[in-house]
Amino acid sequence: MSTKPFLRIDNIRKRFGPIIASDGVSLEIEEGEIHSLLGENGAGKSVLMSMICGMVRPDEGDIVYKGQSVRFTSPRDAIRERIGMVHQHFMLVPNLTVAENYILGQGSALSVISNMTTVHRKIRALSERYALDVRPEAIVEDLSVGEQQRVEILKVLFHGIDLLILDEPTAVLTPQETDRLLSLMGDLVKDGKTVVFISHKLDEVMRVSNRISVMRDGRVVNTVKVGETNARELARMMVGRDVRMELPRSPKPPGRIVLSVENLTCRAETGLPAVRGVSLDVRAGEIVGIAGVSGNGQTELSLALSGLLPVDSGRVILNGNDITGHDPAKINARRFSHIPEDRHKHGIVLPLSLSENTILQRYNQKPFATGGMLNRRVIGEHTRDLIKRFRVRSRDENQPIAALSGGNQQKLVVARELARDPDFILVNQLARGIDIGAMEFVMEEMLRQRDSGRAILLISTELEELFAICDRILVMFHGEILGELPPDRARLDELGLLMAGNKDQPALAG
Amino acid sequence: MAEINQGVRETVNSQAAQAFYRTLSQAAISALTPIAAVLVALAFGALLLWLNGFNGSDVVTVMVFGSFQDMRSVGEILLKATPLILIGAGLCVAFRCSIWNIGAEGQLYVGAIAATLVGTSIDGLSVWVHAPLVMLAGALAGAAWAGIAGYLKVRFQASEIVTTIMLNYIALILTSYLVTGPMRDASAAYPQSARLVREAWTPRLVTDLRLHIGILVAVVLAVGLYIFLRRSSRGFALRVVGLNPHAARYAGMNVARNVMIAMCISGAMAGLAGAFEVAGVTRRLYQNISPGYGFEGIAVALLAGNNPLAAILSGGLFATLRSGSEVLQITSQVPQVLVLVIQGIVILSVVAFAKLRDILRTVA
Repeated sequence: MSTKPFLRIDNIRKRFGPIIASDGVSLEIEEGEIHSLLGENGAGKSVLMSMICGMVRPDEGDIVYKGQSVRFTSPRDAIRERIGMVHQHFMLVPNLTVAENYILGQGSALSVISNMTTVHRKIRALSERYALDVRPEAIVEDLSVGEQQRVEILKVLFHGIDLLILDEPTAVLTPQETDRLLSLMGDLVKDGKTVVFISHKLDEVMRVSNRISVMRDGRVVNTVKVGETNARELARMMVGRDVRMELPRSPKPPGRIVLSVENLTCRAETGLPAVRGVSLDVRAGEIVGIAGVSGNGQTELSLALSGLLPVDSGRVILNGNDITGHDPAKINARRFSHIPEDRHKHGIVLPLSLSENTILQRYNQKPFATGGMLNRRVIGEHTRDLIKRFRVRSRDENQPIAALSGGNQQKLVVARELARDPDFILVNQLARGIDIGAMEFVMEEMLRQRDSGRAILLISTELEELFAICDRILVMFHGEILGELPPDRARLDELGLLMAGNKDQPALAG
Repeated sequence: MAEINQGVRETVNSQAAQAFYRTLSQAAISALTPIAAVLVALAFGALLLWLNGFNGSDVVTVMVFGSFQDMRSVGEILLKATPLILIGAGLCVAFRCSIWNIGAEGQLYVGAIAATLVGTSIDGLSVWVHAPLVMLAGALAGAAWAGIAGYLKVRFQASEIVTTIMLNYIALILTSYLVTGPMRDASAAYPQSARLVREAWTPRLVTDLRLHIGILVAVVLAVGLYIFLRRSSRGFALRVVGLNPHAARYAGMNVARNVMIAMCISGAMAGLAGAFEVAGVTRRLYQNISPGYGFEGIAVALLAGNNPLAAILSGGLFATLRSGSEVLQITSQVPQVLVLVIQGIVILSVVAFAKLRDILRTVA
């Protein structure tokens, strides 16, 4: 370790109201390394990096950059010091060209417009040098998510940087695009730049980093060299205990068809086509996965199945009954459970108690209500039972669900949906935003449900989640099912190509 | 306070006792913040009066306690509290459902019109039939008037804030038209309707006071709405719709129906208040039958933290301040605008403290 680190973070603290985001973080980044920040959602990675690039100001502590103590008050200050960050949510104006996006807020309009050819030339040169395939005249909204991310990275390079911070860049990418990004990071380091890579995916971090710092509960738990550790050890540092990466599965032939979707078409709330003729069957005792990069119609498919989005054409048959276009109350009553993608929007009512959240669908049914009045004793008992069975960590059933961690909120949603004794369970993003411990638990619970003969459709952007529990995986792209694969990690490349929309070129795999 | 908390915490061991302590501290926060809001506002009011050359504390004392002189003046306070409690409790239901009904004033006027029609056009009924019929007419008319805004919201996504305000103007102008035109008592010098028949009058509580049984009805309905919101399935659905309409739809609740129900309940309460004003107080319909009860009811609900039970107390408080300011106008040189300013400060302070209460609740 050099005596004078490139960037030193010293005992940084940051609070947002009652939430402590950074609880005395200290970290050293060396010049020319790829330093990964690993941690679960909510461990404080993004907040820490936002403080380094001037988006958020720390309450306490020092940032020493290139030997000088710095105190940025805006991202502009950080850019002046050649620090650039690519955020999880892109900061591009969709209806402008790439070049126009780059020059936004740069100098006077006149000088900028007169230099447009220079700007284009500079973009092309950078794009060529790092093989980014970015055309300066392309309109941003016409580009795919992966391309937009390269546009973001090139934007930072365009402004000139020594330190690049990438916040969860691979969350929106196909495996191939991820490979490409990881090799780009290597190229940047060869050119003398320093990269901070924020991720919660162990394998990517192991592949690309020089050093890894693991964060948990707003602190850096440990910093290790990549050669001196392994995935298991890192996972343990992330959660503070051992984690099982494989789940045992019993081979069992699936039963009768429970849910059948025929040629389903629907539009997103924007009015644009989102689901274009999807057909699939889910049988009793099987978990069918739908893989895909987010934004390919998965959200609309699950909303349409559960009656929250109008269906344009096609049919949804549940247990032989046509439920196409029925309202959610009728669909729910047909032993249809739904663990929604957006927990805070659909799944729970944050200010209400755990008890109230467990009766969201059955608030007017016996035994929870009699004669139009809620039966509070029965509701309380039922909730206490679910809390116990699903190990929901909470004070008691009368606590507002907002006070629970994301993982425990999700456990309660899962508990509620399973307690309704469904035949079919629609799951969109089973483990989004929850810690590894809770993830393991809900995945095992899904397997138990499968073994007890329920039909499960699991929509997910996390391939690990799909590989771990699905019996077969369908790939969705641009609102269509492009193909089906077994949950075999050996066929990851094929899966990646399908996720990228390459239906007819499986030969290119690898 | 912190030391006391610590002391209590140490002595409390069992989980049940802790839960009880928590409920108690939550209740204390809920109850104490509105009181603090009112005290702070009155202190500001006193300061303002002092800056204008009056003896601030004396004037404020008169404003709060001046109207508690005898049975008669207490009766007058309760008479004013009746519409405020009715409207305030009704608006608690609407606000809990995130329906911003600003139209209680208009709903009150429409209720008053309907009550007048029923009270003047029918004759020969027993008081046991006619008086309740008048109340029912007022409530139904208020519900229907609010229902217009509710329908426009669920059908066309029209903001109820805008439509209810516009319906206020329509109701007020309609009243003016009716008492100067079709419903005018031709024998009277001023625009007013004919007098309601005696059987339609709301029975008095005490024979020689103006106070009528409306105050009892208001209290009973406020308690009823409290139970409705807290304990009934429908009340639960209204709250879910108000807190998270997406989750309500996901759970299979009919958002539009719940919005209509919340709207109509608040409208019915305001309409009933209008019926009591005509049948219990004035006996005739006038152009300015309400001194702004519909708007003050919003502040009543706000101070009550959208809890109908608490609306009984906050309605009483606003009625006291209103009576006190009337006493002030008669007995002192304090200009009426200053009294209005003090009332305004009370409302602003209530809003500020409501925010504070939410913060305290999440911390506790």
